[in-house]
Amino acid sequence: MLLNRNDLINARNIYRKSFEKEEKKILICAGTGCVAGGSLDIYEEFIKLMKEKGINCEVKLEKEPHDETVGIKKSGCHGFCEMGPLIRIEPFGYLYIKVKPEDCAEILDKTIINGECVERLAYTKNGEVYKKQEEIPFYKKQTRLALEHCGQIDATSIEEYFALDGYSAFEKVLFDMDSDEVIKEIEESNLRGRGGGGFPAGRKWSQVKRQKEEVRYIVCNGDEGDPGAFMDRSLMEGDPHRILEGMMIAGIACGAQKGYIYVRAEYPLAVSRLSNAIEQAKNYGILGDNILGTDFSFDFQINKGAGAFVCGEGSALTASIEGKRGMPRVKPPRTVEQGLFGKPTVLNNVETFANVPIVIDKGAKWYRSIGPENSPGTKAFALTGNIENTGLIEVPMGTTLREVIFDIGGGIRDGKKFKAVQIGGPSGGCLTSEHLDLPLDFDSLKKAGAMIGSGGLVVMDEDTCMVEVARFFMNFTKNESCGKCVPCREGTKRMLEILEAIVAGNGKLEDIDMLLELADTISATALCGLGKTAPSPVVSTIKNFRDEYITHIVDKKCSSKTCQKLKTIFIEPSLCKGCSKCSKVCPVSAISGKIKEPFIIDKDKCIKCGACLETCPFKAIKED
Amino acid sequence: MSGQFMTIDNIPVEIKDEKNILELVRKAGIELPTFCFYSELSVYGACRMCMVETNRGDMESACSTPPRDGMEIYTNTPRLRKYRKNILELLLANHCRDCTTCQQSGSCKLQELAKRFGINDVRFPNTAKVEELDESSVAIVRNKSKCILCGDCVRVCEEVQNVGAIDFVGRGSKMTVTTAFDEPIAHSNCVSCGQCAAVCPTGAIVVRSNTGKLWEDLNDKSKRVVVQIAPAVRVGLSDQLGEEDGRDAMGKMVAALRRMGFDKVFDTAVGADLTVIEETNEFVSKLKKNEKLPLFTSCCPAWVNYVENTYPELMKNVSSCKSPMEMFAAVLKENYKEDDRKLVSVAIMPCSAKKFEANRDEFKTDGVPDVDYVVTTQEFINMVTESGISFSKLEPEALDRPFQSSSGAGVIFGVTGGVTEAVIRKVLCDQSVPALRAFAFEGVRGMEGVKEATITALGREIKIAIVSGLKNADNVIKKIKTGEAHYDFIEVMACPGGCICGAGQPYAKAEEKAKRGARLYKADKMKSISRSDDNPLMDSLYSGILKNRVHDLLHVHYEHGEK
Repeated sequence: MLLNRNDLINARNIYRKSFEKEEKKILICAGTGCVAGGSLDIYEEFIKLMKEKGINCEVKLEKEPHDETVGIKKSGCHGFCEMGPLIRIEPFGYLYIKVKPEDCAEILDKTIINGECVERLAYTKNGEVYKKQEEIPFYKKQTRLALEHCGQIDATSIEEYFALDGYSAFEKVLFDMDSDEVIKEIEESNLRGRGGGGFPAGRKWSQVKRQKEEVRYIVCNGDEGDPGAFMDRSLMEGDPHRILEGMMIAGIACGAQKGYIYVRAEYPLAVSRLSNAIEQAKNYGILGDNILGTDFSFDFQINKGAGAFVCGEGSALTASIEGKRGMPRVKPPRTVEQGLFGKPTVLNNVETFANVPIVIDKGAKWYRSIGPENSPGTKAFALTGNIENTGLIEVPMGTTLREVIFDIGGGIRDGKKFKAVQIGGPSGGCLTSEHLDLPLDFDSLKKAGAMIGSGGLVVMDEDTCMVEVARFFMNFTKNESCGKCVPCREGTKRMLEILEAIVAGNGKLEDIDMLLELADTISATALCGLGKTAPSPVVSTIKNFRDEYITHIVDKKCSSKTCQKLKTIFIEPSLCKGCSKCSKVCPVSAISGKIKEPFIIDKDKCIKCGACLETCPFKAIKED
Repeated sequence: MSGQFMTIDNIPVEIKDEKNILELVRKAGIELPTFCFYSELSVYGACRMCMVETNRGDMESACSTPPRDGMEIYTNTPRLRKYRKNILELLLANHCRDCTTCQQSGSCKLQELAKRFGINDVRFPNTAKVEELDESSVAIVRNKSKCILCGDCVRVCEEVQNVGAIDFVGRGSKMTVTTAFDEPIAHSNCVSCGQCAAVCPTGAIVVRSNTGKLWEDLNDKSKRVVVQIAPAVRVGLSDQLGEEDGRDAMGKMVAALRRMGFDKVFDTAVGADLTVIEETNEFVSKLKKNEKLPLFTSCCPAWVNYVENTYPELMKNVSSCKSPMEMFAAVLKENYKEDDRKLVSVAIMPCSAKKFEANRDEFKTDGVPDVDYVVTTQEFINMVTESGISFSKLEPEALDRPFQSSSGAGVIFGVTGGVTEAVIRKVLCDQSVPALRAFAFEGVRGMEGVKEATITALGREIKIAIVSGLKNADNVIKKIKTGEAHYDFIEVMACPGGCICGAGQPYAKAEEKAKRGARLYKADKMKSISRSDDNPLMDSLYSGILKNRVHDLLHVHYEHGEK
C-alpha cells in the first residue's frame, strides 16, 4: 500500500531495478489474436521446460528477484499480427514469428542458454534475415508511443508498469501541477481525439471544467465498433494501466472523481485486464479515497456493451451506462454540459487517454514536434486486407498512405495490384492510387473528402468488387442503425435494397442517382454520426469506381468475379464430350444437348449452383 | 434579453424566451412540419422534418436548437424541399396506404403532410407490415402497421403518466413500439387513459369505437336507449361542429341525440351532484375521525387503475364513491327496472378509460353492466356527421325528466379542480358561510399540473391538493410517503388539465384546451343552482330510489388486481 509520494517513488525505483536485473526476458504476445494462435500454450511450455532444466524463471516481477532470472511475461500486442504467435527475447531484441510450442525447446537452448538467434524463426524477406525487431521493415517507419509498453512488459502487472515509470505523469499532475496547468498543457499539445472526431481534447476538458455543476465524470469509449479495427482492444489488453492513468489525470484536471470505461462485450480479455488493473491499483493505494495522502479520490467502473455499434456514439454510450436504450439524443445539451447522468462529462477514446501520460511526461512542445502542426502526435492503425503484413501499427501523423501500405505493409499480397483502401470503416470513404501520397492526418484527409476515423485500414487489391464493398458496409450500418430517426432507419434500408439488387443483376441505371439522392438526404438530416456517415462508402465508391456500378447494372457482370449472382457458367465446346452427366445433375434442367455433341447451358435458367461444374469428368465447364 | 434577433427567411425576428427555433419561426408566421414534437413532452428530434438551413448551408433541427442572436436561417430552400419529400417518401414506403378505409383519415398527420408537400409518388417498394391489431383493451386499439415510430406515445406514457406500458423494442428497421414481451396491452400496466391515442399522429393507436353497436341498438325497437352526457363533452365540440367559440352546445346535443333515436337524454352532472354529496359526507366523517387521510377522489378510472397497479396499499384511501357516470347509471337502472323495453344505458364521455370502467365487474349486476357502453365525444361527432345533421342549424332542446336538474358544481367536474371546488362548496355550507363568490377559489382553478389550497372549515384547516397527470400524482404521493407534504383531500385526474383534455375529445392544442375549462366555468355561472345539495332532485332521489340503498347503489368496493 502506497501512502504518499515517497512511497510511489520508492516503489518505482525498486521495481525498475528488479526489472533491469532480470537477465533475460521472454515476452510472449498475449493479445487476443496470438492467444487464438496458441501463445498461451507456448507460455506454459516455456515454464515447464525451464522447470525441467532448473532455470530460474519468474512469472511475476519480485521486489528482490533472484540472480540469473529469466522473466517470462504475457505481453501486449507486438503488432506484427500476420506473423503471430510472436515472441520477443530481451536483452537481444530478437523477434520470433509463427512460433509453435514445439519450438520452445530450441529457443530455450539456443537463445536463452546460449544467446544465439534461432534464424528459422526470424522474419525473412528476399533472402535477408532480420533478427532484431527494430530492423524489420514492418517496424522501421513506426513510432510506437501509445503502444510503447505493448510487447515490452507483462500486461497483467502493475509492478512492471511502475518499472517503466508508470504513474509518473499522474504523480506529476497530482503534486506539481494545478488543474488549470494540466488543461493548458493538453491544449497546447493539440492532442486531438483519436476516436475519429479529432476534437481537441484540451478544449473538451476545459469546457467540462468551467461548468457550474460540481459532479463530473470521465468516460472512456472502448466500444470500438468498426469492423476490423482493433487498436483500442490491443491498448486495453496490452497496457491497461496506461488508460487508467490517462483517465485519472483527466479526473484531476476536470474535478471528477469517477471514471467509467465502456468496453464492448465482445472484448472479454480487455474487460478482465482492465478489471485486474483497477484491482491492483486499488491494492497499491493509487486508486480510492485520498490517494497518496492528497484530497484527490477516484474510482472506476467498467460497463460492458451489449452488441450495438451505435453505442459507440457519445450520447448513446452514456444512455447505455445509465441503463437506458442505446439511442443517441439531440444536442444541445452537449455531453460536456450534460452528459452521463446529466452531469458534465469528458468522453474520450481509449487511444486519446493513452496519449495523455506521455504528453504530461514529455511536455506539449515535444508532442507537437511529431507530425504536422495541426495534427500532432502519432496514430495507431489496424492494417488489414490484401496486404503482406497485416497487423497493428503506430505511425507519426503525416505519414503517407504509400509509406503505410508499401513500406510498412509490404505491399499487396500475391503480387496483385493495389486498387483502393477503405479508411474509417463503415463511416469512411475509399482512397485510390491517386491518393497514395496523401499524408495521413485529420485535415488532409478531410480535404480529400475522407476521414481517419478510428484507424481501421482495409487494403483492397484488383480482385475486389467495389460495389460489394459498398453493399457490405451498408448492410452493416443498416443493421446497426438504432432506428430512432427516419432518414437513417428507413434510408439505409432502401440504400441496401438498391445495392443488393445491383449485385444480383437487377439494377437499373436510375439506381445510381437514387443512391446519391438518398445519400445526400441521409447525411444531411440524420440525427447522429452513424446516420450522417453511413452513406460515405457508397458515395465514395460511386465517385471513384462508377464504371464498376455501370458494368454491374448494364452488362450484369462483376469485373472482379466476386458477385455470386453475376457469375456465368458455360461449357467449353472444345472440351465437351457430350456425355450428359452434367444435364443429369442440373436441378433446374438448364443443360441440353445431343449425346456425343457439345452441350449448352441455358443462361436464363441457370441458378449458378455449380453442380455441373463439379460433376464434369472432363473439366469442360467453367465459370466466367 | 431584448435586442436579440434571428433572421428567418430574410425577416428579422426578435428572440424573447422561445426555447427553440420552432417556436421562434412561428412568430415569423411559418409553421414547420413536425411529427415528433409536442411542447408538453421532451424534445425527441427523430422525425427530422423540422430541419432548417442556415446561411452557411448547415442543417439544424428546429425543435432541438435554441435560438441564437445573429443566426440566419431559411425555412424553404430547394434542399429542404428535397429532404422533406424524401423523408415523407421513406415513411410512406413502409406504411399502410389504405387511407380511404382508415379510421384516422382526415385527421392523420402523415396524410396531411404528404398532401402539403405534394407527394404524388413513392419510389420505393412498399414494405408495410401486414396489419396486426391488438384489440385486447376495451379502451384503445393498436395497429403496428400504421406506426411511424415518432415515439410520442412512448414519451407521454412515460413522462406524463409515469406508466411506461409501451416502449421501443428492437433495433433499426426492425424497431417497433410495443409492450414488454409484446404482450397484448390489456395484460400490461396500461391504465387506459388513452393519452397515447391522443398524441398519436397516425392511426397506430386509436380510441376504441363502440359506434357500430350503438347504431344497432338505436334502431332496435325492443330497446329503450338512454344516454347521459359528461360535463366535459359539451365544451369540446366547437371546432368540428361549426360551433362558435364559447357556446355551451348542450341544448343542441340533446336535439341531435333525440333525432338520432335516443329515447331519453340526461346529464352526467346529476350523477356528479350525487358524488359531491356522498364524497363530502365521506370526507367529513374521515376528517372527524382523522383516519385514512388523505382522501383521494375516485371518479377517474385511469387513476384508480394506477393506484391498483402501483400503490395498492393506498386503495383504502381512495373514496368508496362510484364515479358520477356509474352513480347515475345505477339510479337509471333502478328507475327503468319495471320498463317493458330492454334498457340500454349509454354514456358520452371525453374519455377512453370510461370504456374500461363500464366493463369492470364491480359495475355489473348479474353480469349486466350498469353502463352498457361508452362512446366518446369524437364518436358522437362522427355519428352526427354520418346522420347528415347540420349541427349549427339545430334548435336547442331541454333534457328529459325526471333527471333534468343539476347544479353548477356538477358541471365543473370536467376540468381539473372542479371536483374539489364542488366539494368545498358543500363543505363550507356546513358551516354557514359568506357568499360563495366572495371566496378566492382561484387556488383551485387553472391548468397547472399540481395546485394546492388550504381552506378553513369544520373548525380546522383543510389542506387540499389538485393534481392532473399521473406523473404529478406520483410525485405528490412520494412526498406524502416521505412526510415532506401532508394533505387531507387530493383530487387526481389522469389527463393533464382534467377531463376536458381526455383522449376521447377532439384533438386540440394547449391554448384551445385551456379555453374549454373557461367555457365550463361559464356554464357553471349560468346555472341557478351552484351547490350540489341545493339541487331539489337530490332530495327526491334520497327519499325515493336511494332510500336504504345508498351504499349498494352509490358506493363500490374494488377487487384489487383483477382486470
